[in-house]
Amino acid sequence: MVKVEPPGGEADRFRPPYLSDVASPDGSIPWLAANVNKRGVTCNLESAEGQVLFRRLAAGARVIIETFAPGRLAALGLADAVAHATVVSITPYGQDGPLAATPGSDLEVTAASGSLWLAGEEGKAPVRTSQPQSGYWAGMYGALGALVALQGGEGQRVDVSAQASMTTVHPPAPVWWDIAREEHTRTGPFLLGRSIVGSRFRNIWPCADGHVSFAIQGGAIGRHTGRMLVEWMAERGHAAAALATIDWERFDNSTLTQTQVTELEAEVAPFLRSLTKSEFYAAVVAREMLGYPVGDAADSLADPQLAERWFWQRIAPTDGAPPLPFPGGFALFDGARPAVTRGAPRPGQHNAEVYGELGLDAGELAVLQRAGTV
Amino acid sequence: MTEVATRVVPAAPTGALSGLRVVEMGFAAAGPLVGKYLANFGADVIRVESRLAPDVFRTAYPPFKGGQPGPDRAGMFAFYNDGKRSATLNLKHPKGVLLARELITRADVFIESFTPGTIARLGLDAGSLRAAHPALIVLSSCNQGQTGPHAFHPGYGSQLSALAGFVHLLGEAGSTPVLLYGPYIDYIAVGYGAIAVLAALERRKRTGQGCTIDLSQFEAGLQFLTPTVLEFAANGRIPGRAGNADAVAAPHGVYPCAGLDRWCALSVWTDAEWQRLVAIAPGLEAGLETDLATSAGRRRLRDAVDARIVAWTASRDRDAVVAELRVAGLRAAPVLTISELFSDPQLRHRGMWPEVQHPVIGAMHVMAPPFRLSATPSVQVHPGPMIGADNDHVFGELLGLTDAERSELERDGAFT
Repeated sequence: MVKVEPPGGEADRFRPPYLSDVASPDGSIPWLAANVNKRGVTCNLESAEGQVLFRRLAAGARVIIETFAPGRLAALGLADAVAHATVVSITPYGQDGPLAATPGSDLEVTAASGSLWLAGEEGKAPVRTSQPQSGYWAGMYGALGALVALQGGEGQRVDVSAQASMTTVHPPAPVWWDIAREEHTRTGPFLLGRSIVGSRFRNIWPCADGHVSFAIQGGAIGRHTGRMLVEWMAERGHAAAALATIDWERFDNSTLTQTQVTELEAEVAPFLRSLTKSEFYAAVVAREMLGYPVGDAADSLADPQLAERWFWQRIAPTDGAPPLPFPGGFALFDGARPAVTRGAPRPGQHNAEVYGELGLDAGELAVLQRAGTV
Repeated sequence: MTEVATRVVPAAPTGALSGLRVVEMGFAAAGPLVGKYLANFGADVIRVESRLAPDVFRTAYPPFKGGQPGPDRAGMFAFYNDGKRSATLNLKHPKGVLLARELITRADVFIESFTPGTIARLGLDAGSLRAAHPALIVLSSCNQGQTGPHAFHPGYGSQLSALAGFVHLLGEAGSTPVLLYGPYIDYIAVGYGAIAVLAALERRKRTGQGCTIDLSQFEAGLQFLTPTVLEFAANGRIPGRAGNADAVAAPHGVYPCAGLDRWCALSVWTDAEWQRLVAIAPGLEAGLETDLATSAGRRRLRDAVDARIVAWTASRDRDAVVAELRVAGLRAAPVLTISELFSDPQLRHRGMWPEVQHPVIGAMHVMAPPFRLSATPSVQVHPGPMIGADNDHVFGELLGLTDAERSELERDGAFT
């Protein structure tokens, strides 16, 4: 995986926050998160020499990923240079269509996907996940598209739209519209789940040191969870008059009215407020109940399940920097997790190595460097 | 009334995955949507299911056609299982398990999304399947992985999205977090699950060897939150909720427009863009010209700037505001409602919602993949199958059982 950047590095290297809050082309946290395990070269695609160099590099590539505005590679005269490869193009709205040339950032494509509409408090402004998500979604689908395309032969174009990518993230809302003509909207901390009478169930609750995710539910495991909850509350001396009347063998939350749900939830709320996140998690695991703490970055780093599976892998984010935890590969393959083996490249860090593999010697590289090509 | 998107589905010359056979067992979204994407590109995906314990998407999750529950009336199953076959087996019966094993032996890929340990109890563990069929690729997708202290803890996507940290990042600063509407993290695991299967196929071409893939939906989701962990580890800060604020762009938010619950999203990334915004919305900077000329100043006075933008947008038509901002070269978009997704010109252009016919539900839509391939495009012709719709094909043609054999197995209780 070779990353090609303009001399000096790409603009995304300057997105805060930075490691130790010091602005530097090698310190952007969102940039580092997306660029470990790659080698990096610089190449000025605007210059004739740079284009010659890029053609030599591209000739050996099976997959080429680009995020230029639609048509930019062709305008540079490089369309034929990538024709042999599987070319993945990732843009806000796609390569063609009425919005192809429209610029957009994470906020706009999320807005245009319906995903923003569904997040937030009812009657208030929709809100975005504070860590931009659309780049991750579009990137993931780009990887998937490349792998599908490779099965179908070489030389395909894979056109990824970030808007379309974010449109896939919020079932069942499209189905409610398509089948039942019901327009779903933001519900704050509540979920509709299995209700067939439109009742909403609280899923996010304040606890002693943050929040937990828990709900009154039906189904076999939901009924078990309810039964255990009543036991657990009794052990800790919490009154539960309404919960105590429930026959958990037959409990079905899908037909509860909102008034009934609210009455049950009024008993659960003070109990959950009395627990810390870790007390809650330990008990739901021990009792095999549904529920999790609302985790944050510190919780994820300390999570025993992730530790047991060697998820976090500490490597230097760039050569020479102190190591930091990065997620290892996204799955175990025959029991092994693909490793993070290399930090992110500094601009042009692997020019000599990568261009050397193409047959360029140090003298030729020095000439390109003086000309500003690399 | 929204105009519903339709498109003529061209017959694929050859799907990129044609010839690939996939057997799938599981429920809800996280496993089965992997099979959906493979089917969209031509794989023959056979959902093995049971009438005794159907997928919760068939039975427990509305909406249903006409509000009447039923395994063949369920919108969720029909919408997100397009292009698959369905065959029904009783996996609690030894002969049902034998038939499942027969079927998997003839497949390239076996996908399952049960609780860890379930397929082993059924006698369909990856180890014994691959001993008989070394080229088989087995994808097991579950909440937290097949191993570790929380492997057997039950859970589901909406709550797992909270554990992983997504919920902590959604809402106004200092307020109770809100949900990402549904089981957000499941769909991340779907994408990575499909990637894992195809990467294993690519390796199999070189080595002839299959693969056993253990996918934890938790771990898949955390890939999308890497910056939060880096920021905590490097800088000691735990990223949290920030409303719609951004570290660079200012203004950056959604603004109410004329009408009920109509919003426009707008972000300004440079001082030059701010000047373009001021040019079409005079008064935004009145009295604060110097302060607001820089992004640092606009971030400092975020509330004041947002209030002025609201004053400008509140009585204007959403789409007119967006059009005006876009003509000025600014980043802006309508906050589309879900029904509007079906009429959005850009999504329509991309064929996002192909129309299909369902025997019970009638005319409905399914979802195309969000990426388009130039030579082997995706095809959506059939919604999710009726339960057991392909028993004749699967047990008769594929496994070669005679009518007499099928009758006997039926009497034994191997089918459901």
